[in-house]
Amino acid sequence: MFNTSRFWLTPALASVAASPLAAQEAMGIDQKVNEAFASLTGPFVSLIFAPFPGTNFPWIVMWLVVAATIFTIYFGFVQFRFFKHAIQLVKGDYSDPNDAGEVSHFQALATALSGTVGLGNIAGVAVAVGIGGPGATFWMILAGLLGMASKFTECTLGVKYRNEYQDGSVSGGPMYYISKGFNELGLPGGKILAVVFSIFCILGALGGGNMFQANQAHAQISGIVGEYPGWITGIIFAGVVFAVIVGGIKSIANVTEKVVPIMGILYVGAALIILVVNYDMIGWAFGQIFAGAFTGLGVAGGMVGALIQGFKRAAFSNEAGVGSAAIAHSAVKTKEPITEGFVSLLEPLIDTVVICTMTALVIVISQQLIIDPETGNYMLNEAGTAIATVDGNSGVSLTSAAFASGISWFPFVLAIAVILFAFSTMISWSYYGLKAWTYLFGEGKTSELVFKVIFCIFIVIGAAASLGPVIDFSDAAIFAMAVVNIFCLYFLMKLVKKELASYASRLDSGEIKKFSH
Amino acid sequence: MTVKIVIGLDGTDTGERALTFAKELAAKIDDCELLVIYVIEWSPFTFQTAEENAQRHKRREEEVELATSRIVEPAIAALKEAGFKASGLVRHGDVAETLNRLTVENGATQIIVGRGSSDGFAKRIFGSSTQSLVMHADVPVTVVG
Repeated sequence: MFNTSRFWLTPALASVAASPLAAQEAMGIDQKVNEAFASLTGPFVSLIFAPFPGTNFPWIVMWLVVAATIFTIYFGFVQFRFFKHAIQLVKGDYSDPNDAGEVSHFQALATALSGTVGLGNIAGVAVAVGIGGPGATFWMILAGLLGMASKFTECTLGVKYRNEYQDGSVSGGPMYYISKGFNELGLPGGKILAVVFSIFCILGALGGGNMFQANQAHAQISGIVGEYPGWITGIIFAGVVFAVIVGGIKSIANVTEKVVPIMGILYVGAALIILVVNYDMIGWAFGQIFAGAFTGLGVAGGMVGALIQGFKRAAFSNEAGVGSAAIAHSAVKTKEPITEGFVSLLEPLIDTVVICTMTALVIVISQQLIIDPETGNYMLNEAGTAIATVDGNSGVSLTSAAFASGISWFPFVLAIAVILFAFSTMISWSYYGLKAWTYLFGEGKTSELVFKVIFCIFIVIGAAASLGPVIDFSDAAIFAMAVVNIFCLYFLMKLVKKELASYASRLDSGEIKKFSH
Repeated sequence: MTVKIVIGLDGTDTGERALTFAKELAAKIDDCELLVIYVIEWSPFTFQTAEENAQRHKRREEEVELATSRIVEPAIAALKEAGFKASGLVRHGDVAETLNRLTVENGATQIIVGRGSSDGFAKRIFGSSTQSLVMHADVPVTVVG
């Protein structure tokens, strides 16, 4: 969900680089900071997003998809076998009424979802379909379905190895399961890997979970009210976030947490309305998706192009394998850690398979992508890098135009949704970053305050400047989290398998049974 | 045979009147046991931040502690002082549903609740809950005005 900036900012940077005169004129402090930062972090960014030799397929996408496939097979298609059970758990069928008042499965799921559903579902999908064609949707769905197994693995471990403190509060996440799990298995290096993960998590939280969000929220607001300095947006956002995470003003967070799901439902609802109105085209749209998945329908890069875009968007949208959801899910009160794993596997389903597919269908059905009437293939834009669109739209503006073709006033709702999603993603990631921070520097009011203040400062920076290299670096940090996390999951997955076997047998024998409500 | 009566409290004046009424009723029964229940309105289907989730267990214990010391224990003490057998429970959940469930689980045969007061919070918690309880309870319900 974070990487959209790469597609938007790179052309801008390229154009600056292509014109030396303009580059010199624009050489402000920002530019100098950018350049210094880029040269410092460039190698790291290039390493994370490096393609396989001779292709343009980023290895990190393969890393995530291969892991998801391995987990799917290793756990015997757990996402399908326990799908119904996951729904029952969320409904509370297996919750002891005497535990009421603790964090429910539903709440943990909703919290984790509000951290992942966002710009990736709105802008990211448009980028995927805009470049990879409708066929990208097919690969996106496939990657989403596989990603369910990655989430299952990491969230089970997140609950199993969390820290519970004397005062009753909890801290969990990859840093905890890596160090404790490796210890349990007698493997060396757990502590070091946990520290490395935490460092990447802090960087990812400040970047993708913060600066990118602030940056894109500002882009949306200035798109509606006209251009104005980004630091104004930054200060307002920082002020509100500060009030929530430092001031403890829960009401703001509560309002957001209530409004964000409504926005999500409204978004899916609007998509459904457009689909129902155009029901005669749904079959055609799916035809385009399937045909495009294997032929590319003339898009740049053909079938492989569609596949890369689909996999990339899914992986970047649902964060399966990144480890962030494991932090969010670890707060749930349950005697069976694996139940949280079952619940979490619904996340990629909702995020990628449902919401992203809705966006893709609306874009395809609205016929914003121009088809050559003679060949039936998609026409490319002048640069040949993406499919030509009706008004030359791409990214979030393509989604916006697609929805506007069905519901004319929807772009306004969409703009509000983008801002709220950005805000809720910031709140979620401030927590993920904080947990990594306290893992490194210890729990405590002062330590926490230092991180929270740093977090708020980065919001202003993110909104104020178009710090391409910084955001590239933050994206890289988020996926670097996945490198460490998945590497460790390969060692720890046998612990999850043990839990799964035990739980499944007790479920079959009737030892674990429903509570009547 | 012991008759068990549940008193649903909400920490307001009408709850107090429910308590008074229960005492009068219990005085007329030879062997009567009173069970004071306070339900903290809570739904598993709300949206919370990650931080709230992490703090939830602690908050829950604080809420239970507060309700026990401020409402349930004083009520039990008052009942015992008046010579009744009394015990108490504090639980989270949907007020009407939980009150009914606990009544059935504890073998009580009727519920006495207050009508619910008119000020915002209590009304939200208990006003509609009383109606819901009256409609769905498995045992007779007495609503004290």
